[in-house]
Amino acid sequence: MKRCFAKLTFLLLLLAVALPLAAQDLASYEKRVSVKTLPNGLTVVLWQRPEAPVFSFFTLVDAGSAQDPLNKTGLAHMMEHMAFKGTPDIGTRDFAAEKGGLERVEQAYAAYETERSKPVGRDPQKLAQLQKAWQDAMKDADQYVIKNQFGEVVESHGGVGMNAFTSYDETGYMYSMPANEFELWAALESDRLQHPVMREFYKERSVVMEERRMRTDSQPVGRLIEQFLGTAFMANPYHRPTIGYASDLQNFSATDAAKFFQRYYVPSNMVIGLVGDLDPAQAFPIIERYFGRLSNTPKPEELHTEEPPQNSVRQVTLKDPAQPFYLEGYHRPNYLAPDDVVYEAISDILSNGRTSRMYRSLVRDKKIAAAAAGFSDWPGIKYGHLFAFYAVPLPGHTTDEMQKAVQEEVVKLKTQDVTDDELQMFKTRTKADLIRGLASNEGLAQELATYQTRYGDWRELFRYLDRVDKVTKADVRRVANQVFSDTNRTLGVIQTQMASGQPAGATKGAE
Amino acid sequence: MRVLPSRFAHVLFCFVLTLAVFSPAQEVKPWNAVQPPPLPAFKPQEPVRVQLSNGMVLFLQEDHELPLISATARIRGGSISEPANKVGLTELYGEVWRTGGTKSKTGDQMDDFLEARAAKIETSGGSDSTSISLDCLKGDFDAVFAMFLDLLHNPEFRPDKLELAKDQMYTNISRRNDDVNSISRRESRIIAYGKDNPYARVPEYATVAAVTREDLLKWHGQYIYPNNIIFGINGDFDPKAMQSKLEQAFASWQKGPDAKKPEIRFEQPKPALYFVRKTDVNQSSIDMIDLGIERSNPDYFAVSVMNELFGGGFSSRLFNNLRSGKGLAYSVGGGVGYGWDRPGLTNLQMQTKSGSTVQGLEGLDGEIDDLRKTPPSAEELKKAKDNILNSFIFQFDTPEKVLHEKMTYEFYHYPLDFLERYRREVEKITAADVNRVANKYVHKERMAVLVVGNDAAFDKPLNTVGLPVQNVDITIPPPPASLMQQGPGGN
Repeated sequence: MKRCFAKLTFLLLLLAVALPLAAQDLASYEKRVSVKTLPNGLTVVLWQRPEAPVFSFFTLVDAGSAQDPLNKTGLAHMMEHMAFKGTPDIGTRDFAAEKGGLERVEQAYAAYETERSKPVGRDPQKLAQLQKAWQDAMKDADQYVIKNQFGEVVESHGGVGMNAFTSYDETGYMYSMPANEFELWAALESDRLQHPVMREFYKERSVVMEERRMRTDSQPVGRLIEQFLGTAFMANPYHRPTIGYASDLQNFSATDAAKFFQRYYVPSNMVIGLVGDLDPAQAFPIIERYFGRLSNTPKPEELHTEEPPQNSVRQVTLKDPAQPFYLEGYHRPNYLAPDDVVYEAISDILSNGRTSRMYRSLVRDKKIAAAAAGFSDWPGIKYGHLFAFYAVPLPGHTTDEMQKAVQEEVVKLKTQDVTDDELQMFKTRTKADLIRGLASNEGLAQELATYQTRYGDWRELFRYLDRVDKVTKADVRRVANQVFSDTNRTLGVIQTQMASGQPAGATKGAE
Repeated sequence: MRVLPSRFAHVLFCFVLTLAVFSPAQEVKPWNAVQPPPLPAFKPQEPVRVQLSNGMVLFLQEDHELPLISATARIRGGSISEPANKVGLTELYGEVWRTGGTKSKTGDQMDDFLEARAAKIETSGGSDSTSISLDCLKGDFDAVFAMFLDLLHNPEFRPDKLELAKDQMYTNISRRNDDVNSISRRESRIIAYGKDNPYARVPEYATVAAVTREDLLKWHGQYIYPNNIIFGINGDFDPKAMQSKLEQAFASWQKGPDAKKPEIRFEQPKPALYFVRKTDVNQSSIDMIDLGIERSNPDYFAVSVMNELFGGGFSSRLFNNLRSGKGLAYSVGGGVGYGWDRPGLTNLQMQTKSGSTVQGLEGLDGEIDDLRKTPPSAEELKKAKDNILNSFIFQFDTPEKVLHEKMTYEFYHYPLDFLERYRREVEKITAADVNRVANKYVHKERMAVLVVGNDAAFDKPLNTVGLPVQNVDITIPPPPASLMQQGPGGN
């Protein structure tokens, strides 16, 4: 988990010696946070920060691409896109008519898809007819649409930073607004979490395919990562791409997305973080009114499949018309493991700034890489995941050299204690970064929602620092010995192989 | 938001709860029935401006929320002033100024000192300025500021760090054709401004190799004078005490020659279809390119409203029509560019699958035709202005944003109340204004088109578009022989 933000009260208590902060400041910070779980199970954490009349929110849905059904990768992310398409109240000229139109689209699509997926005996003429019927139905439903009205309302009321993301673990929605628009925000956000409408679904699916082409297909490192994760994980859904496989993106339906929504977008599976000029005494009644509408549906079943222990070396070699790149990853347990914070210490000591080991060794002293780092929490944290290393070779240097240099650092961690200075830097930086993170409404809203979801209590934001303070040199060495073994490793490299007619990058390439 | 005293607010709280139990539906309004109360008056705190007798301008912005202090000195003179045979000099200077350390401390010793305090001192080089900044917990300020001053006055530019920085630039050069976006960003600027224009030229192995330590020392001696510097500081300090601390640090510093802005000619790009072949992609990047305007242009306000409705937000025409309406792109947008003291880069861009490249281009063309022909409806105009005006608070919702805004105006000699003026002018913009600037600044026939993609999979050949097709060779010029012997990245 990214620990870049806010662990306030405890932090400030711990730092009371180092930082000249008055005691009344501590008390005032503590008073700023209110938390409430509505009867339907939705939890809202609110941090009052009245510096300017604005606020930010972060809605966290505890479902990500790890929840994508088999055959339908990319569905969680597709649902994220659909959450901007409006509701029965917003984005339509006539919902009653549109509703019927959308149902006909689904019927026509199902018929078309059934014919299209026939392994044998597919009738091309019938398929063409069914495709036309589907397209006609979409055209018919489209006439009722007011395009992007949801975004338009947010923006014309002063909303900024409107965005969303889907990760393996979760789906997040965010924007910021002037504080006087709080009730409008509550109306809009609760409406789309209650009944999003799957309008323009198949056009949006094409948009998502473009997103896949942009992020994965047409990017060398994107291509490597898809292959790498597919190799590093077998059982856990982390082996599938969040964006979805192209074939699944061409197959799943609006009905599938609606089902995903019904199952995972339930109040007890969501947390909202709010930070800004909001008085809890006035904000919570509004939250109760609007978000109280969401129906009380049981929390979806947890994923139980655990990644079996890796007992073999795995490797991916991408022969690509791009410059070389090096990646390696080791399986580690999920974020609730007692040693979670030790991985953070290792990551900080290896990678944070110009004093870090990877920089000093591979970049400064060996002069073989332009950048190199070791990092934890990839590609998610909720399930067993990876501690990974990457290195960007300088022209003329190979990925084999990267591997050797990374191994030297790994061996060093396993056989020698880190220094007192290194460990102290990790602790000092973690605390200071927390303070810096408090300056951002957006960042803080995300942290509140994330900690409340992952630990069941936003106060873990603070308690984390206790754990940081307890990390010892022996912990680092012990964990390094547990995790960094040959048979727990997956390698991923890009080897330069120019396509014909493609200009080479470095004349002194790695080949 | 805080209308009621809290005692009454609690009463209201219980009352609403009770109601919610019996008839929640009555309490919930549809989005379009919600009446927002007026936004409470908010006057952002203005930084204190002080000009020293040596010409240095100081801005002090007090902010006691967190126990932190950050400061930046922006210094006139940047890469547009570097010699053509040493492109990359300013970038190297911006890196090695910090990593090369001071006369008494190596960069590595500085790293150890700063990281132990979770503090930063950084330097960087940009197109028209360089900068040196610090960021620390307030208790460490004196020690960190002393180091900042040492680096400002006594940089050493140690040769080993220059070599390290050069190796990193060689790496970037070697990788610059791996990524579609990096190609289209670079080539767009070259097409718009011209290959040799200081705003467009790019470092090559030879120009980076040509930079010496003496060049960095010379640059420092030429530009780093108080009369070229705008210094801004933000954070938890007493302004009077801080001001005297800064005056003590800077007031006796002798003036030097003023940094001169180079004379740069801008010519209209040559309309053509510029094509870069990249065979390992399944999506094309399309850019329509022209020279834009300066912000000091009186049309700037109308242009910014036009950009908002045309290619700005989540509900702009390009987003609505080409993304949501046609499903042609994930990434689409753009508008007439504006620079502070030079013409900006006008750029309409989209990325679409190889098989709809020409269709995408025609889509952009059609939107331009429509923009010029059809003035916005009253509703569309209102939306665009509301987008800008109602979110205006986010221009100055933190003291740090206000500080940086003022420093920028000072740097480019704009009135310090330019932001307020912007708001007043945007309020006045009419549909006719938007239509007028669309016709004045958006010319399809004047625009160059850049396509990066795999033409083997295009929907139609590019020569059907009606523009002369010009293939762009992006082959990276090889390193000079001297560098080959030594070997970039070699020991």
